Order: sequence, then structure tokens, then C-alpha cells
Amino acid sequence: MLPREYRTISSISGPLMMVEKTSDVRFDELVEITLGNGEKRRGRVLEIEKDRALVQVFEGTSGIENEDTKVRFVGKVLTLPVSKDMLGRVFNGRGEPIDGGAPLIAEQNLDINGMPMNPFSRDFPSEFIQTGISTIDGLNPMVRGQKLPIFSASGLPHNRMAAQIARQATVISGHEDFAVVFAAMGITFEEASFFMEDFRRTGALQRTVLYINLADDPAIERISTPRIALTAAEYLAFECNMHVVVILTDLTNYCEALREISAARKEVPGRRGYPGYLYTDLATMYERAGRLKGKSGSITQIPILTMPEDDKTHPIPDLTGYITEGQIILSRSLHRQGIYPPVDVMPSLSRLKDKGIGKDKTREDHADLMNQLFAAYARGKEAKELAVILGEGALSDEDKAFAKFSTVFEDKYIRQGEYENRTIQETLQLGWDLLTMIPVKELKRIRDAYIEKYLKPLLNKGDA
Amino acid sequence: MPEKKEIKGVIERISGSLVVAGGMEGASMQDVVHIGELGLVGEILEVNGDKASIQVYEETSGLMPGEPVVSMGEPLSVELGPGIIEQFYDGIQRPLELIEKAAKSHYISRGISVPAIDRSKKWNFNPKVKVGDDVIAGDILGVVQETVVVEHRIMVPYGVKGKVAKIEKGDHTVEDVIAVIDDNGTKHEVKMLQRWPVRKPRPVARRLPPNVPMTTGQRVVDAFFPVALGGTACVPGPFGSGKTVIQHQFAKWAQAQIVVYVGCGERGNEMTDVLLEFPELDDPQTGQPLMKRTTLIANTSNMPVAAREASVYTAITLAEYYRDMGYSVALMADSTSRWAEALREMSGRLEEMPGEEGYPAYLGTRLASFYERAGRCIVNGKEGREGSITVIGAVSPPGGDLSEPVTQNTLRVTKVFWGLDANLAYQRHFPAINWLNSYSLYTERLDPYWDEKFDDQWTSLRVEAMSLLEQEAQLNEVVRLVGIDALSRDERMVMETAKSLREDFLHQNAFHEIDTYASMDKQFKMLKTIVNFHHAGLDALHKNAPMNKLFNLPVREQIARMRYLEEKDIGQIDKLEDTIKEQINGIVPVGGDSNAA
Repeated sequence: MLPREYRTISSISGPLMMVEKTSDVRFDELVEITLGNGEKRRGRVLEIEKDRALVQVFEGTSGIENEDTKVRFVGKVLTLPVSKDMLGRVFNGRGEPIDGGAPLIAEQNLDINGMPMNPFSRDFPSEFIQTGISTIDGLNPMVRGQKLPIFSASGLPHNRMAAQIARQATVISGHEDFAVVFAAMGITFEEASFFMEDFRRTGALQRTVLYINLADDPAIERISTPRIALTAAEYLAFECNMHVVVILTDLTNYCEALREISAARKEVPGRRGYPGYLYTDLATMYERAGRLKGKSGSITQIPILTMPEDDKTHPIPDLTGYITEGQIILSRSLHRQGIYPPVDVMPSLSRLKDKGIGKDKTREDHADLMNQLFAAYARGKEAKELAVILGEGALSDEDKAFAKFSTVFEDKYIRQGEYENRTIQETLQLGWDLLTMIPVKELKRIRDAYIEKYLKPLLNKGDA
Repeated sequence: MPEKKEIKGVIERISGSLVVAGGMEGASMQDVVHIGELGLVGEILEVNGDKASIQVYEETSGLMPGEPVVSMGEPLSVELGPGIIEQFYDGIQRPLELIEKAAKSHYISRGISVPAIDRSKKWNFNPKVKVGDDVIAGDILGVVQETVVVEHRIMVPYGVKGKVAKIEKGDHTVEDVIAVIDDNGTKHEVKMLQRWPVRKPRPVARRLPPNVPMTTGQRVVDAFFPVALGGTACVPGPFGSGKTVIQHQFAKWAQAQIVVYVGCGERGNEMTDVLLEFPELDDPQTGQPLMKRTTLIANTSNMPVAAREASVYTAITLAEYYRDMGYSVALMADSTSRWAEALREMSGRLEEMPGEEGYPAYLGTRLASFYERAGRCIVNGKEGREGSITVIGAVSPPGGDLSEPVTQNTLRVTKVFWGLDANLAYQRHFPAINWLNSYSLYTERLDPYWDEKFDDQWTSLRVEAMSLLEQEAQLNEVVRLVGIDALSRDERMVMETAKSLREDFLHQNAFHEIDTYASMDKQFKMLKTIVNFHHAGLDALHKNAPMNKLFNLPVREQIARMRYLEEKDIGQIDKLEDTIKEQINGIVPVGGDSNAA
């Protein structure tokens, strides 16, 4: 089909423009725009009505006018050239190399929107990933193919934590091909260079693909950045059989861009001005994590988002939480106490934890120990709150033990070094060590057999 | 049935999952259409002159104005017949396994048309009527063994009655004519395969009151907030509060003969989990894998949004079909909020005037008409069979805020409310059903049933246990202000017992092989023991027994571990009564009696 070129832009508003008198334009098709000065931009068709097409311009509409600007409909959707040589390269948010290297020689060109995985064809994620961070491995274990976001807020060290996970993540069983796909949406140059520096210094860069859309890049470009990254990840995981961890940061910027388009289209807004389809839109990205039957690769997603005003009920974290398989929440109060990583243990959750732990995976006692640590920490924190109001004297002996436990727990278990890589065995042992502070009778969440096997030796050692 | 007419139009406008087609004169609302060269499936939502607004159940990218739109003149329907159980469907009843085969891919591609029910498989049809019998709609013509546990009953279709003129025993495919019914000269051929439009409720003879319980094996539900056969329940809760785990638990353990589970706009991995787990788990009632009585419908969040809207109707129509056979059916919908969001999205694209939070004004009526399809009833047919559909819908309120429209509209029509509480979930108290704000309007209706079974002790036990929990909540306020020492000895006992109720009874570990399910017998014995200890403890305190010793009696550990007793060993719980007596007597000071004035 001949490319069709038009100079019939009738109206421009925000990131959108209307092209008139078009024919044979397809929904969702890629559009190339050539400005009067020769500058090229890209966009996609958002809506068609008879011979009018509404186009969303990825790089913004400034400079576009209706006389000299040419619009060409390419006849296909936006695709991304992919190949294994992507590893170690840095691209911009549109998927073009920005590291000064040669352009990529494509093995395949893939539709960046992907297609929904057939739930029948999925393989259930059940392989434990050791991140070396106790609060994740011990309490919120992550498995390959999971999507586990980090809910952070401005001023918290989510970037350091994400970098630590990217550095340390391994599976216990064997060594396999492992890659990191990193997509930055609207983050500052400083943040982006932190990741690049860290990956370069630790040698992680060779197995990393970076897509960077900086804060001063066009906001609309952000809509495609995560999809481009996930397309690359799908290629590496399911064509090259690699285990891929995708880090998306910062989803809040992505959603703001989406809201901008929605507002420009004058759509009926849902909560807080975000479009009603925000859930579906986010789901089409998050659901691209997973494993497929008969394929050895996997996609694990760690989206990072900053909660506006630390508010977990804000639509972005809220809808994310409904789609992802759990969430790691960072706490400002722990951060203030100088505890790194400041993981707020109580509201954090990994939904797939029970699938990845236990006998033959981590250790038989893992589930019970985890439940008990949660319960004990919750009770300790409650006791501490009570002590603040009534004074320490008002606590029963047991509550005192729990209160002390929760303090030590924060200091020893939650706190760890940025370069400290704890094995799962170390993390479990640490848990049992801490439980010696609590009367055995209160350990209701643990089976007797495990108390005998793991706790009694520790207690007897204490007595001797 | 009215004559089918084909109407051809062309695409005029495309906006996401909404397509407007022109030249559709004569098309009626809710008719199924095929769109474009790919033949995508859609449904007419609005007719305006010769223009029809269509919601498309598949991804629309690549469509272009001028492509053809064909209406089949038939509303969106499901196929009914043997082969539904053990299936895994998408929102418009396409088997996902066949989609994988047809697409030769792990991804769902577009324009795939696969039959909902296998046409080639032969079923052994066993007639229940003979030639010359008079039959009316709903009568059972014969049965086929669909799975080890499900006997599929082939019924006379609605609108058909007369004398059986022919009936064919033996192996047949679903498309073979298995019976001919002669209605005064008009001959109706009956096949095993029948169709029904999803948006039209299947009629019943008469509805019955909900006074038979549907046990779920979940203690907090069965004991305190029970649901009746044919009842409706909703589970709202913020994310991470365990909605899905509860839905899975119901699907596994609820005392229903058929389970229809619809994953509506939820996670793909969750559906895979169900799919892998159910064939492995044994049903306590039949000893066979749970999958042998389950059908799954999945429209995950990344699948086209319009099909999500259809998926709950597909599910309830399948449920009604099995109800009509005389089964008790449990339908789990996870989550109805995603369904409402799909409504909202389509309504937005149709440019309708929005109601609250952008939801369409008809949200309430749509929800109500869905839940009203639940119920216990006498189904059509001469026999007067009884069947029921119990609907349990999960709701995902944004930010956990129950005042939002979907939750509020759901609460207006459902009779049981299991309020999930984020704080309980943080403390890993599961199921995180808050016992203070949850309710069941079936409690009073079901009490007589259990009283009869448990020697008139059930109601008083339940009421006392609930009031202890209520008292604890009030006493906690006092403790927060002035400390636990300000409480009287009796009040301390209440606090202890309430704690025991919470930790040893209400808390239930879904992932523990024994604790995951508790029979009503076990629940009754457990509750009775805890309340027994309370009475004996109060009595001992009045006799000046030392409080510390009482709270630390070794029998309390046994009480805490009752839940881990296997069903065959629950007799041991009865023995605890003597142990309690014995140990409490051991700590009551000699002559304590005389001081207790």
C-alpha cells in the first residue's frame, strides 16, 4: 500500500491533532509527522470518524501548524526492532540508541502493545528469587514471573533498593541467563545516572537494557516507554529463554501523562481526574509479567511508583495494588530512624509467597516462621503504642517481651547494608534467633515439630 | 424463535473498544455482530437511526472505516450441553485451550472462532422417558455422565411440550437429534446442544425462601455470618486483604454441587493457579478432584474490556442451566468492581451522562438484576426439582473506601456482607473478615436448622460468642485509656476468651492442610469448648482462683491447637471438657466457695 501523506491538520490541542479528509486510516496505526523545518515526529491514531483521524503525537505538538506539516500514515502499528544485542545498550524512551553506538540490527520487529497472554498458556510462577534483602526474602518472598511493585514516596531510597535488587537477584537452583530491562519514565537526569553508574560499576550493565525518558523529555513519549521495555523483555524472555527482571520507574509519571491525554480528549474523568480506564491500561502492562508453558524464560516486574502525599489510597498505588501480586511499601518513619531498607513490613505483601517457599524451595519452616514474625511484630508495635499512652508499666510481661522484640526486629532484621547480600538461610536463622525473645507458648503460628527442631536448640544453648 | 436476518453495514467510527457502524437499519439492541475483515465479535449497545454503537469483545487496533459489519440478528448467547464442566472459558465462552491451539501461540490473537462445546465428542445418552410420555419444558429427557461426579440432565427446551415421539438411547454427539417431541402435529427435534441468550434470566417455576445453609468450611463465615443456599453475598475489601483467597476457599469447600468461578478483570496468574490447583485438590464431599464439578471463566485484566462486561452474564447463565437440572450451584465472581469499570468505560465512550464517579446512572439496576438471578427455587418441569444459585461477589473498592458507588449499590441487593479489614490483614489475621461490621441477614433463618442438629445449643453459643467479641471491642477502648489493670477480674476473663475466639477460632489458615476446612461438627465443638472454658473460668475466678494461673493452664494450649485436629479425630475435642474441669479444679483454693458471695 502506498504511504498516504496529508497536509490537512484541522485542529491541534495539547498532544492531539485532528487530520481531515483521510482515507483507509487504521485504528492504532503509526503516524509520521514531518514539520516545516524537516523535523520528524511520530504519533498514533487514537480515534477515527469517517474521514477524520485523531492523532496523538508522541513528542508533543509544539511547532506543528496546518500549512507545512505533513502527516503520513504508515500502515502498521508502532513496532520495536529487537535483537539480543540490546543487552548493554542505552536507548531513549522511543527505543532509539542514545549511547553513541550503532543502530540495532533487528532480528524481529514487534508490536509494542503485545498481545494478552492466554491464561491457559501461563505457567504458574513458583521459583523463589533470592534478593538478599531479608524483608523481601524472609517475609515477602518474590518468585520468577511475579509482578511486585515498590510503593515509595518522594525522598525515600527506592532507587537504591531497586538497584540492590537488580544487582543481587538470583535463584537458588543453578545459574541461568539473567537480564535486567530498565525503563525510566520522567525521572531526573541525576536519578538516571545513578542507575547507569551503579550498573556500570558493578558490571551489571552488560546484562541490562536501559530505556530512558527523562523528566524534560516529552511527557507523551512516556506512554510508549514501558511498552517498549516490556516488548524487549518479552523477546529476551520467551525468544532467547532468559530470566528477565523489568524495573519500571516511575509509574506515577506515566499515569500523569495518561491523564494529560485523557484530559485533552475531553473524556469523562474517573477518580482525581485520571481516566476511567486507568486500571485496564495499567493491567495491559503489568500483566505482561509471567511465565509461559514450555518456555524456560520468565518476566518478573518491579514497578516503582511514588505515592503522592504518601497516600496509599491515591488511584495510582490503589489500582496498581489491585493488579500486581503484592506490594513492598516503604516507610518514612523507618527511613527517619535511619533504617535501610525502610520496608514497612506490615502492609507489604507478596501474594505468591506461598508458592515459592517451603520444603525443597527454601526450607520447610519458612511459612510458619514468616507468619509468626509478622504476628509478633504486629503485637510488639501495638504494645509499644500502648506504652506511649500509658507508660511501660501498664504492659504485661508478655507485651513487654513483644515490644522489645519489635525494636530489635527493626534494628537487626529490617536494617541491612546496601551491599549486604544475605542468603535465605541467614535470613531464616536470624528470624529464629529473634523469636527466642518471646515465650514459647505465644508462638501459636508455628507447628510443634519446627519449634522442637529449630527453636529448642537455640533456647538450650541460652540456658547452658 | 424469530427468523434470523443478516444485516450488513460499514464501520464509521472507531474509538477503543467502541465501533459505530452505519447502514445498520433494522438491527436490534444486544445483537451479536461480526466486525471487519477479521470478523471480531461485538454486541450492539445503542441504535440511533441507521447507526449502531457496538462494543467489541476483541482488540480493535488495525480496523478502518469502511470495513464491513455484519449482524447475525441474534443476541449474545451461550451454548449449553455436556462438556461445560472442567472447561476453562474466556468471557464470551470460548475455551481458552482451543484458542491456544487455534492461535498456535501463547497469546490470544484476534478473530478466533472456536466452538464452546466439543462437537465431535460422543456422550452416552441414557433416556429417562419413553415414547408416548407427555413432557413439558424443563422435564428431563435423559442423562449423560458428564464427569465422574456430575450427571448432566438433558431437559426439554423452553417453549416445547408434547408427546415424546422418538428417543435415541446410546452414544451421540451434542448435535445429534436425541428426541423428537410431537406437540399436536408440530414436531420438535431436541439435541443435547441448546442455546440461551446470556442477558435473559432462565425462568423457574417458583422461588423458595433461603432457609437451608450453604456451609463453606470457613469458621468465621459458617458460625457467624452464614450464607444460605440461593443467597447473595459480597466481599468488599482493599487490595491485599485476601479477597481472592477467600473466593478460592469458597470455590474449594463450599457445599455446592457445581461451582462456576468467574475471574473478571483479575490477574492472569490467579486463574492459572486455580486451573493448576483444582484438578489436584479433592472435594471433601465426593472424594474426587474439585475440577470435576467446576467450570472456570476467565477474562483477565489485560484481555479486552468489553468481554469482561459479558463474562458475568456468561457465568450466571451457565449457573442457571445447572440449577435447572436440580443442582445447587455456587457462583464466585471476582471481581464485580472490574465489571462495573468495564460498564463505565463503555458508557464513557458512548458519551452518556455520567453518574457518581463517572459510573453510568444504570449501574445500580444492572447490579441488582445480576444478583437477582441468584436464588433457591423449584425449577420448571413436572417433577418439581429444587435447584439453587448462590452468588458470592467480590468488590474492590478504590482505596478501601466503602462509600463508593459499586460497593453501595452492591450492599443494597446482597444479604451478606463480609467486610475485609486491612488492619487484620496486616496482622496476618486471615480470613480478614471484620467480625464487628460484617453481617448476614440469613443468621436468624438458619439458626433453627443448626439448633435442630446440635441439640438446641447452637443459637445460644453463637450469640454468646459474638457478644464476647463485642464486649472485647468496648473494653479495648477502656484499656487504651487507662490500661489493662483497670479492668475487673470478670472483664479480664472476657478479654481472654475473646482473644481465644479470635486466635483459636476465627483465625484460619487457608494454606494449612487441615486448618483450611472445618466441618460444622468441628466448628460446633470448638466453639463450645472455648465458651465452656469461659464459663468454667468465670466460675473459678468467683471462687478466688488466681487469674495468672487460670490464664496459663496447660489446657489452653490444647484449645489453641484444636484447629489442627483432623476431622476423624474431632472426638478428642469433647474430652477437653473434662480436662478443663480437672485443671480448673486444681487451681481453685480450698474453701474458695465460701468466699464467693
